[in-house]
Amino acid sequence: MKDVRLLTEEFIPGTLVGPFTQAHPGLGGVCTFVGEVRGGEGQDMGVEALELSHYEPLTLPTMETLADTAIERFDLMGLLMVHRVGKMRVGEPIVLVSATARHRRGAIDAVDFCMDHLKAAAWFWKREKRADAWHWIEPRADDYADLARWDK
Amino acid sequence: MAVRIIFLGPLADMAGKQSVEADAPLDWAGLLDVVGKEVAAQLGEERVNVAFGGRVLADKTQLRAKDGDEVALLPPVSGG
Repeated sequence: MKDVRLLTEEFIPGTLVGPFTQAHPGLGGVCTFVGEVRGGEGQDMGVEALELSHYEPLTLPTMETLADTAIERFDLMGLLMVHRVGKMRVGEPIVLVSATARHRRGAIDAVDFCMDHLKAAAWFWKREKRADAWHWIEPRADDYADLARWDK
Repeated sequence: MAVRIIFLGPLADMAGKQSVEADAPLDWAGLLDVVGKEVAAQLGEERVNVAFGGRVLADKTQLRAKDGDEVALLPPVSGG
């Protein structure tokens, strides 16, 4: 089962992962990653909100293609991929990827693969609000290096 | 009718608007002409992509947009 969603409102990961897992009787493993708006320490101090924008004609189709690729490459039973757009506060979930498979390695690797692609190769733009103004977040060199691992 | 140009992410701040209309037909030179100096300079960078008809162009300089088309300018992404 493939379930790919773009959401404009806050979501509770457990309410999605529960039914998704239930839908795959006989699975050997399920791996879930949830990314949240970070705050509090170091360079993240002073972040008041985060806003993600997207481009409708490209963003969801690209996520669908990514999901199809992951299902085939890692021999998954199912893949759940959820990404927020719009304004979010510190502590709110931004992204959720959950994979079910007969064996653990496929599930774990699929989530890692999808997250690297969502960070650096999906059509999202992120900016954060600090006391003075909004600031666009530039992709980091690490994000591209993480992505390149999957080309090998 | 015209060609609608959409500025995504930081390019919208740079342009000072979300979108602009240009006369059709629109090619690469016409696009650079209509988006303003700052955005045009960004478009020259390899890491800035152009989408047209829901697809990212392999070679953005080959843009040929007609009446009613939408052209999206896509700066480097940052999701997740």
